[in-house]
Amino acid sequence: MMADGLIAAAILGVALATIASRGTFTAVALFIAYGLLLSFAWVRLGAIDIALTEAAIGAGLSGALLLGAASRVAGRGAAMDRRPGRAMTVAIALGCAGVTAALAAAILLLPDPAPSLAPQVAANIGATGLGNPVAAVLMSFRGLDTLLESAVLVLAVIAAWSLAPDDAWGGKPGPMQPVLADGPLALLARLLPPLGILVAVHVLWIGKDAPGGKFQAAAILAAMWMLPWMAGRVVPPPISARWLRVAVAAGPALFIAIGLAGWMTQGAFLAYPPGLALPLIMVVEIALTASIAIALALLVIGPPGRRA
Amino acid sequence: MSLLVDAFSLLAILAGLVFFAAGTAGLLRFPDASSRLHALTKADHLGLGLIVLGLLPRAEAVGGAPRLIAVWLLVLVSSAAAGPLLARLARRR
Amino acid sequence: MPELLLTAAVIVLVSVIAGLPRILRGPAVVDRIMAAQLLGTGGIAALLLAGVATATPSFVDAALVLALLAAFATIAMARAAPRGDDAP
Repeated sequence: MMADGLIAAAILGVALATIASRGTFTAVALFIAYGLLLSFAWVRLGAIDIALTEAAIGAGLSGALLLGAASRVAGRGAAMDRRPGRAMTVAIALGCAGVTAALAAAILLLPDPAPSLAPQVAANIGATGLGNPVAAVLMSFRGLDTLLESAVLVLAVIAAWSLAPDDAWGGKPGPMQPVLADGPLALLARLLPPLGILVAVHVLWIGKDAPGGKFQAAAILAAMWMLPWMAGRVVPPPISARWLRVAVAAGPALFIAIGLAGWMTQGAFLAYPPGLALPLIMVVEIALTASIAIALALLVIGPPGRRA
Repeated sequence: MSLLVDAFSLLAILAGLVFFAAGTAGLLRFPDASSRLHALTKADHLGLGLIVLGLLPRAEAVGGAPRLIAVWLLVLVSSAAAGPLLARLARRR
Repeated sequence: MPELLLTAAVIVLVSVIAGLPRILRGPAVVDRIMAAQLLGTGGIAALLLAGVATATPSFVDAALVLALLAAFATIAMARAAPRGDDAP
């Protein structure tokens, strides 16, 4: 109980500090702390799957993405010289207060007990062969949502690439990194990825019976690809490389193909034939992990033609 | 015997807590960035290490001692490499 | 014993959260990074303590992921650090 109040207070305090901070780097450092605190809160709520995702994507990859953005706008003083006028400030305050009030009302007006589909999930989880109810919902009962989520990532990569200037199109993504022959970063870029890949495979594999799964594993893999990139030891392939494009699209494409096969044989899109549910789900999970990992890394690295 | 093991656990965890508290105190109170970095790495290495040591006798509850030690080793490696990185940053300003 | 371990987890959290004002106060960029890193390590320690106290193996997996990504975030921050001090 005391831990809950502590974490909630810290989340509020760090959130306020993030908004109040005038330095872009300071704000991003606070945002990373905010992501870590949120993942502690998810653990306290018993949602370890979400805690893993928040730690990996919220604190880790989003943090790296925002750091890149912060160093691009640094020195331009964008936040300082364009202060919003009084009317705009009031409008922003009213808008934020409105959203907060609506969210609070939505939570306070929930019927007690809150509506839940958990009993249906528990009753039908046997058919999927999975032990983790979250994985069963994501891959079977609400498989369409997961399919759309992974397809959105492909679209996001296309959108990010489309920001590349014309003369850089087809080139290597992201700013060039200085090559480090030795030193702490070069050491870590050699040492951490093998361990990280091991953890990612573990997280992916236990995802069928315990908290874990493809998104968390993919976020770890993306980070482990970016470490050697940051040390200049790995150069990402040019975005015109066919294998790269195929790899980004392969996971969602396989998911769609298996969904269509279910339509042909079982009469419903994304229906798995009885007995084959678990192997099919694991094949999709593994393919999606690879695609999501590459897509996440490409999103954080950025489009070609960008200077650091 | 189990009383002895429990006492060992509590002692190690208590020592770990002291290092965490000292790390925070150092981070808040030490006068310059390099001394603060020194305080932080002690919390990272020794605080977590002592807590892991204290938890080892009960590691069966979470799948065995190697899992706990793996977490500590991972933190040890990354923090040992991050330390010099941050120290260079502290000197650069 | 589990209660004691949970209490220890709360104490670690209190300790590292108390260090958070360093992110805002700085003054050097490296101070901000250190406070965020300490939060990550403290979170790992609290997760391990709570995992053993409640016999939940998945807490250790969460700690592993946190260890990897906290290291990644620290390095990303150290590399993106602006020259000179940032505004609070």
